[in-house]
Amino acid sequence: MTFAARRAAIAYAFLGIPLVFFVGVRFAPMLYMIAMSFTDWGLLRKTVHVVGLANFASIFADPVFLKSLVNTAKYAVLGTPTVIVLSLCIALILDRVPRGKGVYRLLYVLPYITPVVAVAWVWRWMFQSPPLGIINAVFVSVGLRAHEFLNSATQALPSILAVNVWIELGYCTIVFLAGMQTIPSSIMEAARMDGASGWQLLRRITLPLLLPVTLLLVVVEGIQFLRIFTQVYNLSYQALGGPLDSTKSATLYIYQKAFTNFDMGVAASASLVLFAIILAVTLVQLKLFDRRLNY
Amino acid sequence: MAATKGRTPAVAPAYVVLSLLSVVMLFPFLWMLLSSLKDATQIYQMTLFPANPTLDNYVSIFLSRNSRFPQWFLNSAIVGVATTVSVLFFDSLVGYTLAKFRFPGKRIIFLLIISTLMIPTEMLVIPWYALARALKWVNSYWGIMFPGMISAFGVFLMRQFMATMPDELIDAARVDGKRELPIFFAVVLPLVTPALAILAIFNFIGNWNAFLWPLIAVATPRMFTLPVGLANFSGEAGANWQAIMTGATVSMLPLVIVFLIFQKQIVKGIALSGLKG
Amino acid sequence: MKRTRIGVILSLALFLGAAIAGQAADVTITYWQYFYQSKVDLMSDLIQQFEARNPGIHVEQVTFPYESYQQKVAAAVPAGEGPDVINLYYGWLPLWVKSGYLQALPQSAFSTARLAKTFYPFVAQSVSFGGKNYSVPTAVRTLALIYNKRLFREAGLDPNVPPRTLEELLADAKKLSKYDAQGNLVQSGLLMQPSGQGHVWIREVLFRQFGATPYSADGRTVTYDSPAGIHAFQWYTDRITKDKVGYPNFSTDDVTAFTAQKAAMNIDGSFRIATLNAVKNLEWGAAELPTYKGIKSNFASFWTNAIVSGISGAKLDAAVKFLAFLTSPEVQDQWLRKVGELPATPSLSERYQNDPVIRVFLKGLAYAHATSYVDEAGQRAILDDAVDEVNLKRTDPAAALDAAAAKEQKLINDFWKQGNE
Repeated sequence: MTFAARRAAIAYAFLGIPLVFFVGVRFAPMLYMIAMSFTDWGLLRKTVHVVGLANFASIFADPVFLKSLVNTAKYAVLGTPTVIVLSLCIALILDRVPRGKGVYRLLYVLPYITPVVAVAWVWRWMFQSPPLGIINAVFVSVGLRAHEFLNSATQALPSILAVNVWIELGYCTIVFLAGMQTIPSSIMEAARMDGASGWQLLRRITLPLLLPVTLLLVVVEGIQFLRIFTQVYNLSYQALGGPLDSTKSATLYIYQKAFTNFDMGVAASASLVLFAIILAVTLVQLKLFDRRLNY
Repeated sequence: MAATKGRTPAVAPAYVVLSLLSVVMLFPFLWMLLSSLKDATQIYQMTLFPANPTLDNYVSIFLSRNSRFPQWFLNSAIVGVATTVSVLFFDSLVGYTLAKFRFPGKRIIFLLIISTLMIPTEMLVIPWYALARALKWVNSYWGIMFPGMISAFGVFLMRQFMATMPDELIDAARVDGKRELPIFFAVVLPLVTPALAILAIFNFIGNWNAFLWPLIAVATPRMFTLPVGLANFSGEAGANWQAIMTGATVSMLPLVIVFLIFQKQIVKGIALSGLKG
Repeated sequence: MKRTRIGVILSLALFLGAAIAGQAADVTITYWQYFYQSKVDLMSDLIQQFEARNPGIHVEQVTFPYESYQQKVAAAVPAGEGPDVINLYYGWLPLWVKSGYLQALPQSAFSTARLAKTFYPFVAQSVSFGGKNYSVPTAVRTLALIYNKRLFREAGLDPNVPPRTLEELLADAKKLSKYDAQGNLVQSGLLMQPSGQGHVWIREVLFRQFGATPYSADGRTVTYDSPAGIHAFQWYTDRITKDKVGYPNFSTDDVTAFTAQKAAMNIDGSFRIATLNAVKNLEWGAAELPTYKGIKSNFASFWTNAIVSGISGAKLDAAVKFLAFLTSPEVQDQWLRKVGELPATPSLSERYQNDPVIRVFLKGLAYAHATSYVDEAGQRAILDDAVDEVNLKRTDPAAALDAAAAKEQKLINDFWKQGNE
């Protein structure tokens, strides 16, 4: 064998198990899932039949599924800009302070690295109505009215959204900070010497140069909000996505169809729909930003 | 650094904002800790600090007859460590192969692996469950671990790092007649320890916090991981808030310790993940 | 030397032989139940007693949180990974029997005649399908009005005179509710938790007291969306929306609220007795459910034990023995004392006629009804959502109840339709 051939053989040998893994754990299951969505496979039934598009028809006729799609859209459309804008502002402020950057950075990222289940239950405890909840206790003591938060069909979703923003804030801030630090100070100095004001610096230099990082965060956080599950599971009563399905995300719907009703085929079709949405949204975002990046 | 000096508006307001934000970020943790020190009567009274702080909840969670909490802690530790070791080995091996070897199909294989990042886990848990049932992996450590044994993101990370590695040491070792795998362990890995550290930390954190798949993969409470166990503390007999807060505090402790020791790596890792785009 | 070596080999052989022989007779059966502290603790003790009396049989108890119990069973049993003996809510029997999870109990040990003689009528009826009996309970439960005596005293009410009618209940609830300066409820006079026992209070008690019948005799038709039913439902929701004496998920849920002493009264089941007795400094009492227009009604339910299908041979024998043990008088007695659920055999309640709390629950059994559920969790959620509609979305109670009735009817129809595939 030649040198090159021997090297190639070794490379394939090294890649053997990992490739089997990726195919077996990522690709094959995905194909299996697509196939399952056209069947009526369920744990309570003993046989499996192909049912064509019946599952898709049933989920789109299910008001709960449609509600979960609307909720998921709300999570993403309201949550992503909130966390991006907030973390950008914080990063900009943090970038200016001469000392303490490191400490603040660490404090802000703490919610991100702790278990979501744990922080969800802490927030659930804090969101309780009087007489148990601390947030309402503070509200009442300063004269604001108490809120139902997780007990309200209108406030529950924004409450869960707020918790997720709180969790993701530190991560986004650090990414923005890192992005800011790649902006050469020479450009900033030159612009300042030309008489540019702080505001102009921000609009003309900092933000445009942060566009790649912003795009990345928009995509990553958008996907994160579209997939939201653990927070909803742990912040709704008996993990049902209530009250009255007002917080149920698409993923929770899929989970319930699969593991409460044991309708695997239906759950698979819902998963496929969610995946298509995530893919479409991501591609659209990439296209939009791509155009702006290359103007 | 892009820090602007001198003519910038006063820095004091900035500190005020940042400190207020710190309070918002930290208060829930403080409240959680304080609640864990309150017993059944104190916890339902709206005082910030417990009048009689007690460690009873911690004792009960670890030592009471029916508490499975220690088991859950152990399960999370086992799963976390095992997957991290596997990820460190396989991800760096694949990253190394993709960075330093030439062979047909390299590009396709790389794209294939990266493309798996596009497939969200939520989509895969159902087929994984079917697979685990068929192969009798449900309710075992392997059942919880198997999807996380190799990470595509880690492969990407290691490949980036290894690509910048000089070839001389590797070539020298080859000339010396060393075999490939020993070269990998003795020469390559030591050169990328910072990346390995980041990978290990993030993988451990991610695994410790994982919820959806462990929730599905386990059948009996004996096999719960910590997050799954915590989610099950409230049930038909009401919510035992002091136990929940105590459990939450304990479940965070290992991560806080990891966090304090490896602060730099964590921040660097997050920054890296952002800049790869 | 040779003799000692032979001696050693012989004794080893004897030892091994005995061990193997011992092994051959040993049978281990698994028992699943949902996690409820007092039940789990007692079951551990009972298992020890059973094993002492039946050497060679070992029982392993496995428990699951209540929320995921049904899922775990549905996932494990068809795959052959389930237990041998299983504890289930009677409301799940139709679904589990239909899905093939359970096997009929042997007539020799549990004949229909024997069941009719041993257990309450509503028990014997609920465990029988197609002429075969599928499970036997240790204990049954009813509802009562539980109340906090200290809070009664603080409100100027006599803790020994709990309300007897719905009108008195309402009057007391208003006196017992406390609000903060803003008007937020901080002490609930009467807890309103449909997802707890509230929905069965509505279903089998309030509906009947207002003159409606919840279901047809065969349980297949929903009949509560009559004017009388709507009247009953509105009575319940008015307490939340108009009188504000309580609301769903006040203080997390009704049990947390009552044990935290943030609530004065609740409608709850006898299974709560042991839990409440374990709370420090909680002075509580029980009273019969309030009457209305002189009509009394109650809801009886039970958790019951069954044998999983596919179990046979030595395991089946052990399972039958275990079931017989679990339904024996001495176990029922221990269950009452340590958990608070009432004996499933009527005659065993006699000696508790003087216990102030147990007596109250026992009285309820005389006029109790058990709903023939097809999907207890689903049917519970429907009523729970109906209350939420009224409370959170200001839906008209009549409209909400009609919608609930339609949903429930569809659920029931779908269930029976599938059975005929």
